[in-house]
Amino acid sequence: MGKFNVITRLAGAVVLLAAAQSFAAGGAALEHANIDPGNIASLQRGARNFMNYCSGCHSAKYVRYNTIGKDLELSEEQLIENLMFNAEKTFEAIEVSMPEAAAGRWFGVAPPDLSLIGRAKGADYIYSFLKGFYVQSESPTGVDNTVLAGTSMPHVLWELQGFQRAEFAEHTEDGVTTRHFEGFEAVTDGSLDAEGFDEFVRDTVNFLVYIAEPIRSERRTLGVWVLMYLIFFWIIAVMLKKQIWKDVN
Amino acid sequence: MARVEAEVGKRPEGMLGGLIKWIDDRFPMTSTLEYHVTKYYAAKSFNWWYVFGVLAFVVLAIQLITGIFLTMNYKPSAEEAFASVEYIMRDVEWGWLIRYLHSTGASFFFIVVYLHMFRAMLYGSYKKPRELIWLIGMLIFFVLMAEAFAGYLLPWGQMSYWGAQVIISLFGAIPVVGEGIVEFIRGDYSISDITLNRFFALHVIALPLALVGLVFVHIVALHEVGSNNPDGIEIKKNKGPDGVPLDGVAFHPYHTSKDLVAILVFLMIFSAVVFFAPEMGGYFLEHANFEPANLRATPEHIAPVWYFTPFYAILRAVPDKLWGFILFGLSVVLPVFLPWLDRSRVKSIRYRGWIYKSALTVFVISFLTLGWLGVQPAEGVYVLMARIFTVIYFAFFLLMPYYTTIDKTKPVPERVVYHG
Repeated sequence: MGKFNVITRLAGAVVLLAAAQSFAAGGAALEHANIDPGNIASLQRGARNFMNYCSGCHSAKYVRYNTIGKDLELSEEQLIENLMFNAEKTFEAIEVSMPEAAAGRWFGVAPPDLSLIGRAKGADYIYSFLKGFYVQSESPTGVDNTVLAGTSMPHVLWELQGFQRAEFAEHTEDGVTTRHFEGFEAVTDGSLDAEGFDEFVRDTVNFLVYIAEPIRSERRTLGVWVLMYLIFFWIIAVMLKKQIWKDVN
Repeated sequence: MARVEAEVGKRPEGMLGGLIKWIDDRFPMTSTLEYHVTKYYAAKSFNWWYVFGVLAFVVLAIQLITGIFLTMNYKPSAEEAFASVEYIMRDVEWGWLIRYLHSTGASFFFIVVYLHMFRAMLYGSYKKPRELIWLIGMLIFFVLMAEAFAGYLLPWGQMSYWGAQVIISLFGAIPVVGEGIVEFIRGDYSISDITLNRFFALHVIALPLALVGLVFVHIVALHEVGSNNPDGIEIKKNKGPDGVPLDGVAFHPYHTSKDLVAILVFLMIFSAVVFFAPEMGGYFLEHANFEPANLRATPEHIAPVWYFTPFYAILRAVPDKLWGFILFGLSVVLPVFLPWLDRSRVKSIRYRGWIYKSALTVFVISFLTLGWLGVQPAEGVYVLMARIFTVIYFAFFLLMPYYTTIDKTKPVPERVVYHG
């Protein structure tokens, strides 16, 4: 029995491993964000969304406005009029006006800087998180989140999404009860329909992924040239090697 | 063949020749070049397993050069370290490239060194008369591990901090003096600014200096006895009337021209990672390391970077803290004894029997599996698997004197096997 047990457990581990990777810490499966990093219009909308809905509480202190302007094809006037709410010069970084200590008192934890959230958590995580707020009357913010249970972030996008209820199925095995997320049910409507809200969140996530590594598209373009150069040099090196070795036998 | 060598060996006429003579009268320039480069003969039958030594040298150069430029902009302080890395990534001209070359270089250093060590195991390169080359090589490997470990703390991200926390606290398992050692390494009661500063000093001065010195000695020892080859035959036993080994060709221009091809293939793979996947799916740059070090929040899974995970899996496979630490240490150190554990009469795997071939295959599988297990959570079936492969890992080394003695070897030819 022992031997058989080992084999089934090994096989089980492989299955578990495959399954584990598609689930987040909160237990709910992550939705695919399907962002398009090359879509400048989406990134511009994402920048607008970020400045209007996120930047009040979250900084992106490693990101400069002029970098965004250059990469997102925005003029200095467009930057100043549409995005720079609390900055004077375009070379400034996206700071937050809210004092960190006070923010810590108000929320229990200061809202994190979002410069690198796209690389730390990944697009799917943020996408699912922003869509995962549901009504929870016991929580101080009135909401909880399917991706990050017990989050101290309020449902900032409630005007757009409306409020939703989360359905959980309870499952008891060996005396341990686990909750399994089943789906959402709308409580109040927001100003955007479901599809429009998905687009809004997708654009925002796209922008967050972009600011996590603004050089991304440039490094890929450069990479193609570097590889072409190396292939060319390699052909010459192979010919040189053949020439030098031709008399060795 | 003779034509190429004649051109290489000749001293130029005129002004240049005069200058060379002037130097040679005061410094052994030409004789050193000849001894180590133009008249250093290595077997013409080298296969592609023989490029990883040169590639390790290339990666060392990449790390040293990019490291110098990183140091110009990096701030070794707990307050500023994380921000200074992002400053390099975003505001320093070409800083992102320098940083990715360095972070990718760290992982490739281990890939190349592991393959270089495996080559030695394939062809018995550690056996007499090359034991000392192997010992120096193992020292290089230990220093490299320390260098990588110290370097990983510097970005001061969550994984930098907690990875270092876990690894350093391992020393606490040593009875009586353990806690004292831990405090001595950290220089504080927890990992702090002080730890970061001393790790910076070790990473940019002490350890690279040791590394370069050891690499120099490694090559000097190699050139004293001569390189091994895929047949495990001493080419110096068959010399022509001119004293040149019949199966050897000069390092330059023969092996250099071949190595150049390998270096370019290597650079293509290396660049593909640097430019298209610098995070390498979270294995070269871990996701959690994009969050600044936070003393109050532990990451969900703390795993060392991939190149330490085989040994880390062995550590976690043992239920007892002290024994876990001892086996962990032993698993790193055991390869040192290979020259004396291996009792086979032949060097190369080509002339060994099925027992050694199977043992080496199983060893490679166990090493790779342990590496994979090291990034999995230590629970359930993973622990069981780690224990099984830990036993196999140790059995490979500890039973070696026995199975290499009884293994049936094939006769070794007089001259190397070479098919133009």
